Amino acid sequence: MKRFAELFEALDRTTGTNAKLEALGDYFRDAAPADAAWAVYFLTGQRLKRLVGTRELRQWTAEYSGLPLWLVEESYEHVGDLAETMALLAPDGKADSEPPPLHRLVEAVIRPMSELDDTERRERVVSHWRSLPGTERFLFNKLITGALRVGVSKRLVTRALASVAGVEPGIIAHRLMGGWQPTPNRFRALLSEETDDDRGGATPYPFFLASPLESEPDSLGAPDQWHAEWKWDGIRAQLVRRDGEHFLWSRGEELLNGRFPEIEQAAEELPDGTVIDGEIMAWRDDDQATDGGPLPFSVLQTRIGRKKVGAKTLAKAPAVLLAFDLLEDGGEDLRNAALEDRLARLQRHVLGRGGAIRPSAPVRFEDWSELPELRASSRERGVEGLMLKRVDSPYRVGRRRGDWWKWKVEPYTFDGVLLYAQPGHGKRSNLFTDYTFAVHSGSGLVPVAKAYSGLTNEEISELDRWIRSHTRERFGPVRSVEPLHVFELAFEGIARSSRHKSGIALRFPRIHRWRRDLGVDDADRLEDLERLLPD
Amino acid sequence: MPRDLLQPDAGGLYCAAGNFWIDPLKPVDRAVVTHAHADHARSGSEDYHTAVDNLPLLAARIGEDDNTQGHEWNQPFELGDTRVTLFPAGHIFGSSWVRIESEQGTWGVSGDFKRAGDPTCAPFEPAEVDVWVTECTFGLPVYRWDEPERIIDEIEEWWRACKAAARPAVLFCYALGKAQRILAELAARTDEAVWIHGAMRPLVDAYREAGIDMLPTRMVSEAEPGQRYGGQLVLAPPSAAGSTWMRRFPKHSAGFVSGWMRIRGNRRRRGYDRGFVMSDHADWPALIDTAREMNAQRVVTIHGNGEALAGFLNENGVPAESWDLRASLRPSS
Repeated sequence: MKRFAELFEALDRTTGTNAKLEALGDYFRDAAPADAAWAVYFLTGQRLKRLVGTRELRQWTAEYSGLPLWLVEESYEHVGDLAETMALLAPDGKADSEPPPLHRLVEAVIRPMSELDDTERRERVVSHWRSLPGTERFLFNKLITGALRVGVSKRLVTRALASVAGVEPGIIAHRLMGGWQPTPNRFRALLSEETDDDRGGATPYPFFLASPLESEPDSLGAPDQWHAEWKWDGIRAQLVRRDGEHFLWSRGEELLNGRFPEIEQAAEELPDGTVIDGEIMAWRDDDQATDGGPLPFSVLQTRIGRKKVGAKTLAKAPAVLLAFDLLEDGGEDLRNAALEDRLARLQRHVLGRGGAIRPSAPVRFEDWSELPELRASSRERGVEGLMLKRVDSPYRVGRRRGDWWKWKVEPYTFDGVLLYAQPGHGKRSNLFTDYTFAVHSGSGLVPVAKAYSGLTNEEISELDRWIRSHTRERFGPVRSVEPLHVFELAFEGIARSSRHKSGIALRFPRIHRWRRDLGVDDADRLEDLERLLPD
Repeated sequence: MPRDLLQPDAGGLYCAAGNFWIDPLKPVDRAVVTHAHADHARSGSEDYHTAVDNLPLLAARIGEDDNTQGHEWNQPFELGDTRVTLFPAGHIFGSSWVRIESEQGTWGVSGDFKRAGDPTCAPFEPAEVDVWVTECTFGLPVYRWDEPERIIDEIEEWWRACKAAARPAVLFCYALGKAQRILAELAARTDEAVWIHGAMRPLVDAYREAGIDMLPTRMVSEAEPGQRYGGQLVLAPPSAAGSTWMRRFPKHSAGFVSGWMRIRGNRRRRGYDRGFVMSDHADWPALIDTAREMNAQRVVTIHGNGEALAGFLNENGVPAESWDLRASLRPSS
């Protein structure tokens, strides 16, 4: 625990990438594998189940610090982070002995708390508040509330591990795929030399991600060096078929097995040693002769959360895997082969039309001048835009610029009125950065979107000051403000929703700019948005 | 109910019985100024009363003039129908709190104050009052300070680490008070010269002339062309952060010395590598202990999270209320 707390402090005390890499490297070299395995778990963004609710924690903090509950809540609102508020409110613990090692704290203290009743849980938490010193206590609070953000990316952790192990970062990324088990053996294996085991089992390959194209495509050079396809609005997924088993992984490394039985059934037909990269889409087949077309993301959403799918849902929201890359064929890692070769081999596996695994058809073009029009047709086709991939490109790891570009269609926009604000988290924890925007409906305003990003730091501070001095009402951390400021918001799609008062749900809303030139009366009406609803 | 001796007015407090204002933000006939920070000392008033020690700093802030009268601490003087006494407040050099004795009772106005040790100024001196008007810049229980010694240890250790890495150690701090406190604290540990930003020069000079022992300083603006700052300590006001002035310190590590650094989000949002939690204000326990020590039957909170402190004191048997001095600046009042 002590060593992990030192690592946290070192990472927290610098904004420089190299210093962070160095601190991570030092830690992974020194730390006991049992502890380091958990450090990898937390630093790569995995989290424990929340074991203590925020209300309990506030209550216990009040009792422990001897402060009235309202003052704990006022402090929390000021600090913006409950684990930190608690650590700041009560005097530091008196460390009579060394804090337990990280793995023991997690495995013997924190995880078994789910078995305890309320009184025992409270007793266990408070006894650790008494014994843990400052940073350790803050981290303990973070772990029991299930959210530890340290300000390092998974990619940075991967790089640090790679330099300690002396292997390529891609190998570490691969070893980390498919759910990290925080055991000492797994950690030792993670740092081992490259072996044949780096392929095989359930493990997917790290995904290659496209970068947004910021200029016109003719800047990319000769058009015959590029392959174009639609950018699908579904779930990016990798289908692994090995040793008579199959595994369907999301890009968030969640195992999707059981949720898309139609795709899994088709996967049974694939030969062993096949790995396909593609997009899961809800798909309407008009008849067996055509490819039909994509259904909106909101239809696919009815499948995402469900571990067991009923016949009705299957019929309403049939899913397919649109295959657009082949990463392994006959057990051979194809990632260094050229895209055109991989695609040629992919054709052999997914030739059949009408199946649940089908090719993502290329968009044919001769000249760059044809593409803007095709891209402009994206919305009516139910896609997000175009993908442009260099035909000789290998399948790389992570987001690397140059070979794969996404050229998305321009988003929809509307002008909304700021109605509610609440503090953000982490870096923005004591600034009002999470906003709710409304449009006119009848004679009032109805909230339609929440947005967290899109303003500059200066605008955020200005708005924060304004919100604090123009608060109308408080509902916990949320404040309602005078409807005065208008913002242009962008979003990617719109669907009907029975869960929202407005009756609509917007996809990926974010702030485009602050429209200081507009008054509240100039904001859009709900009808303006409803007009964009698909039929 | 009789009118209170003091009323919020002109951004400060007005005493009708004595016809004077304490720390007014707008020009008035007669101002009693607790200390020389810009949110307390403003130019344009007819007459000023302040502590003798504060005279040079006030002059640096609002200009030399013959309308400023200096008073020794603990030496009462008459203003109108009141008797006024200044006591050391321990905030920065020359800072006072103000006691006013009158037929409407004895009031104390804290100005800004702290209870922690500081080699650059006289410690806070308590005295009994009926009503204690207290600042509460850090009026929430999350604000508790460590011993200054420990923070200076942290700063020293950070400076040492910067030396080892040959990186400039740029320490942001307020130009009046905090900068000199750091220079004085470090003087007990080293005699190395420290670079300072030009805005700090007149204030550092004023402290030196007052006989306060500090590390030798050099002005960044007077450095040789091509000067390298690797491993050297540079003091700069927070306003210099992110400015082009900072370009002369490549690969620097940035620290900020302030009570606000107690909150992690404050530090990370501003992009400081290190936050050193040392303040010239009272922390939560000191605000409460001082209110008790003054033996006041009533407490008024001004400047900061006033509602929380007043609420807490009320629940603990000390009648308290919160006043908004800024409101007295708005046109409607």
